[in-house]
Amino acid sequence: MKMKTESKPEKRPEMAKQSPSERRSNFEEVALGYNSYEAVAEAKRCLNCKKPPCIEGCPVGVDIPRFIRQIAEEDFDSAALTLKSTNSLPAICGRVCPQETQCEAVCVLGKGGKGDPIAIGGLERFVADYELESGVTAPDLPAPTGRSVAVVGAGPAGLTAAAELAKMGHAVTVFESLHAAGGVLVYGIPEFRLPKSIVAAEVDFIRRLGVDMRMNAVIGKIGTVDELLSRYDAVFLGTGAGLPSFLGIDGENLNGVYSANEFLTRVNLMKAYLFPEFDTPVKKGRRTIVVGGGNVAMDAARCALRLGAGEVTIVYRRGEDELPARAEEVLNAKEEGIIFRLLTNPIRILGDENNWVTGMECINMELCEPDESGRCRPVPVPDTEHTIPADVVVIAIGTSPNPLVSMTTPDLETGRYGTIVADETGATSKPGVFAGGDIVTGSATVISAMGAGKVAAKAIDEYVRGAVRL
Amino acid sequence: MPFTILKKRELVPTIHQVDVAAPRVAEKAMPGQFVILRIDECGERIPLTIADFDAADGTVTLIFQEIGKTTRQLASLGAGDSIADLAGPLGCASSIERFGTVVCVGGGVGIAPIFPIARGLMEAGNKVISIIGARSADILFWEERMEEASSELYVTTDDGTKGHHGFVTDIVQKVIESGEQVDRVIAIGPPVMMRAVAGVTKPFGVKTVVSLNPIMVDGTGMCGACRVLVGGVTKFACVDGPEFDAHEVDFTLLMSRLAMYLPEEKEALDYEAAAEPAV
Repeated sequence: MKMKTESKPEKRPEMAKQSPSERRSNFEEVALGYNSYEAVAEAKRCLNCKKPPCIEGCPVGVDIPRFIRQIAEEDFDSAALTLKSTNSLPAICGRVCPQETQCEAVCVLGKGGKGDPIAIGGLERFVADYELESGVTAPDLPAPTGRSVAVVGAGPAGLTAAAELAKMGHAVTVFESLHAAGGVLVYGIPEFRLPKSIVAAEVDFIRRLGVDMRMNAVIGKIGTVDELLSRYDAVFLGTGAGLPSFLGIDGENLNGVYSANEFLTRVNLMKAYLFPEFDTPVKKGRRTIVVGGGNVAMDAARCALRLGAGEVTIVYRRGEDELPARAEEVLNAKEEGIIFRLLTNPIRILGDENNWVTGMECINMELCEPDESGRCRPVPVPDTEHTIPADVVVIAIGTSPNPLVSMTTPDLETGRYGTIVADETGATSKPGVFAGGDIVTGSATVISAMGAGKVAAKAIDEYVRGAVRL
Repeated sequence: MPFTILKKRELVPTIHQVDVAAPRVAEKAMPGQFVILRIDECGERIPLTIADFDAADGTVTLIFQEIGKTTRQLASLGAGDSIADLAGPLGCASSIERFGTVVCVGGGVGIAPIFPIARGLMEAGNKVISIIGARSADILFWEERMEEASSELYVTTDDGTKGHHGFVTDIVQKVIESGEQVDRVIAIGPPVMMRAVAGVTKPFGVKTVVSLNPIMVDGTGMCGACRVLVGGVTKFACVDGPEFDAHEVDFTLLMSRLAMYLPEEKEALDYEAAAEPAV
């Protein structure tokens, strides 16, 4: 029985983490998750608001109060069902969603700075991990509709669209260009933030929904969108923002200079941190510089450290407040000893006579008054050029959409930066073709891509049910 | 789903041919394109240019030289074995048009990818003058196939054990100087050879194309490992190439980038050797 008079504690339990000194030399998960005692206690703090703002803060609309109430009642199986009914990848979202700017940001408990918002992400992870450990049951599926959908790209958007469509009874085939499903979840986000076994388990759940996953299938090369349309009733494009940006400065083609995509793909997807047991190598610098201030930069810096670099420096042209990375990841990086050189901009990368990187010439920056857009533009401070020595440099300044699909689909409208133009339902300019995730928005978050996949699945469902078959 | 090796043979010492069952790739493949393969769960992704393809049989032919750990492991496989992953066809196809007279140059293991291009150019109605070269006669392969795919075929060996004693470039120069109206040269082989061919044709202003073989990871434009400098502009060989204007390519950069992992290649081989049971 609930004791209604009991006042709710204001603080959330702190999630156990590997200590910085320990974790900086291994690739095992940093945050260890709540145990059931902590989870139940935290769940009991939930106010069960009549009009829960948290649900609206969630891009996929998880019924947050319900699953939290079920945790409080120690009915973890039901909590798992609640989560899975709206989110096919909860163990992933519980780990990598920026809850602090979404569901937790609007939690009533956190309002006015009185207390901590409920640890929605931590609880989601708890339930999802509980389910993975105790054995996942695939839900009962509706009778097949006889309609088929091709999904291009097995990243967060594609996987979500595929799962939703399968749950609606459609026959779904996913085409993935790499040898493993997951997209950025497998090539980008490191093991210590998102174990690959977790991704594999959640992908396996989607397979068990009846989704046919075809790896090594590069659409745009092995087949075109038009060919897919001749065999499937609709096509969803979730091909992501996979094209790495470079700075365009001297020295970027020196040996030892990586795009963050290459560095992380080698380390995560190809498991270069286990070289030579695994065949793919990566340069383990003594001094590594990572250029950029987003989550990808933090991931690259923390990977470099774990590979054995004695000194890892983040170079970012704006200030601490402007770092686009999650605060939690910045804190983790700092705890591990990553050096932050903020308000610093690269001018050129220096190399030796054998084309190997030796360092980076930088200049100090200062933020001027905000311009009309409200953003402070960083401007160089004259005569502050200086050199930071390095033998590995990772450029983590963003990515743009991969053009392989749009290049081979001439009647697909694209935007200024190579994005595919889609309306709020995911419909593109081409009938029967829908798109969502980074290919539409440019680089964004895992959960926003999942939200787009989910919205598009609904539109695709309507489309294929209404489509007149020729 | 794994890809089964249907045929496997050692063409000449250290150079092997595998025919892999990959119907979808075979159906779409065009001369000049490549595949990325990964042998097993621990494997590296390596690019190999497609040497031949048969849409009716659903097979793709790959030819490779044993160099590092992955190519040695691939060489150890036989018919009936399978490789975990094969993605393709990747890269842009070679431009096959009616150019007139085209000189096709294949050096070493580069003879393999030049073959489907020569054949395609012949079918398109070109006069194809092919020049194939190797260090020595005992590592020269596909002479007969190249003969069939060419109007004229020249063979060179560095040591004079077969054909012209010298380099492929000697013949390229000779053909151009003979007054033959050469409309295009395409050369595939070791970077030093491609650079030398580019050096020979440049003074004559003959359009020359080379197929570059930088280190790659994904092969779809995602990582940028295969950055090459062409005409002062950085290109990704996997999606912008692999063929580029030979007179614009920075071969020095290509060669230095190809050497990037030499210490690790040695480490991988040493690790492999240490893991093998003593006989």
